[in-house]
Amino acid sequence: MSMNALSIKNLRKTYQNGFEAVKGIDLDVEAGDFFALLGPNGAGKSTVIGIVSSLVNASSGSVSIFGHDLYKARNLAKTCLGLVPQEVNFNQFDTAKSIVLNMAGYYGMPRKLALQRTEHCLKKMDLWDKRDTISRRLSGGMKRRVMIARAMVHSPKLLILDEPTAGVDIEIRRSMWQTMKQVNEEGTTIILTTHYLEEAESLCRNIAIIDQGRIVEHSDMKSLLARLHIDHFILDLARPLAQAPVIDGYLIERVDNTILNVAVPKALGLNRLFSGLSEQNIEVTSLKNKSNRLEQLFMDLIDAKKPEGRDE
Amino acid sequence: MNNAIAFRTLVSKETKRFIRIWPQTLLPPAITTALYFLIFGKLIGGRLGDIHGVSYMDYIVPGIILMSVISHSYANVVSSFYSTKFQRNIEELLVAPVPNWIILAGYVTGGIVRGVLVGTVVAGISMLFDPLECQNVYIALSIALLTAILFSLAGFINAVLAESFDDISIIPNFVLTPLSYLGGVFYSAAMLSDTWQTISMGNPILYMVNAFRYGLIGVSDVDVPLAFAITGGFIVVLTAFSLYLLHRGTGIKN
Repeated sequence: MSMNALSIKNLRKTYQNGFEAVKGIDLDVEAGDFFALLGPNGAGKSTVIGIVSSLVNASSGSVSIFGHDLYKARNLAKTCLGLVPQEVNFNQFDTAKSIVLNMAGYYGMPRKLALQRTEHCLKKMDLWDKRDTISRRLSGGMKRRVMIARAMVHSPKLLILDEPTAGVDIEIRRSMWQTMKQVNEEGTTIILTTHYLEEAESLCRNIAIIDQGRIVEHSDMKSLLARLHIDHFILDLARPLAQAPVIDGYLIERVDNTILNVAVPKALGLNRLFSGLSEQNIEVTSLKNKSNRLEQLFMDLIDAKKPEGRDE
Repeated sequence: MNNAIAFRTLVSKETKRFIRIWPQTLLPPAITTALYFLIFGKLIGGRLGDIHGVSYMDYIVPGIILMSVISHSYANVVSSFYSTKFQRNIEELLVAPVPNWIILAGYVTGGIVRGVLVGTVVAGISMLFDPLECQNVYIALSIALLTAILFSLAGFINAVLAESFDDISIIPNFVLTPLSYLGGVFYSAAMLSDTWQTISMGNPILYMVNAFRYGLIGVSDVDVPLAFAITGGFIVVLTAFSLYLLHRGTGIKN
């Protein structure tokens, strides 16, 4: 049995104003995993990450990182962890290089090694050319990459990325996905929280969904997605249509006169849909999956667990 | 070993910070104290005569040097640590395996370095007006160092408890400055009435200023060992309180 990168037992957090943000969470993340922690705003994700990263005091429960108890062997546990927070939290008057270099110093890294690791991490994040730039002059995407370089400077075994691509343009986001994949392939366990569910679906192998301070789902991505009964597709048509065709078992909507939106039950599949369209002399030029599948599942899960009359 | 590197990193960062902004941190005390020496020491002081057998200029130099040490060691830590909290850079230290006592020692050392550096600049300025005496270098340096430690700790506590930028200016403006001016910088406590002398003895800054003055010119209104005991006592209490606040995560953790 492989070691858990993170093991959380019966974790609870009640803030001073009485708000119970985390209500007894148990969570295990295996070493080497690329793990998604998802949940709506205010679900308790950030509190859990804050506790694991020593930024928030837990009310009760235990946390261990690679077998090191966060409260009994705090320094060993912390050495295994790197955190990329949601918001920029470095001194914006420092250069990119000094931010990363100082972090290496806080981890007790000798100067020579710290300089080597800083160079390696900044190059990996494509920031070496910007190393002497005052960080407040960097773009939003660059600032996020500085935070990833800073989190990786001490070669952590577990990297927590709290919405690392929020507000980042699509090109940079895709390049960051590549980097995260590479880091994971090199052996670092990654826990990712994100609002881009497409990101979680394409990167992560396992997933936990947290809502109202409780884990409402914890499984591997494949079996979670297999639970979807309906896929949505967009069809581009060769010729315009005056109205949506009717085919038994499928829900078809006309987006405009050459585009259809089709809900396809998995039990029926696509072949029968195409046969029905051919019979009606409708020619399809291309098709694409309409929406992120995980997003749909996520909403189903959150809605299913929502108590009646919950104040949104 | 690791703690030593973390400590060095923190002190280096703190020192570079105030040196980078030297027009805000090192230049103003040089100008202000040059004016003090010119106006109070030379222009007015020349007409006041001697105090305890020394010229007024010589009498006020130690107090002005120590007042600069007090205000700048305090200001360095309170502004730096509050900014660190405000910009959430403190999370860098909380995530990393840096013990609380290293965090405290790093910030306090930053405050000491700035306090002592400003004190040295002010002492240098004073030498433009009169030669600087030093009767007992050990007493002078040790009380200056202890004073810088004490007020760095006080600045740290202020920063931890502060919830807004207003909160970090209230103590320096409404407590520290009056206590410094009433701490025998510009006069001898012996010149006050009995009632005011008694009240003055409740001001800890009076003891530090007089002990430092004793080290430089050999004149004091207070018992010098008592001044060391009071300063040391405050340091112990404030260190314990600072570590307690860090342990609880007051102001820095939810």
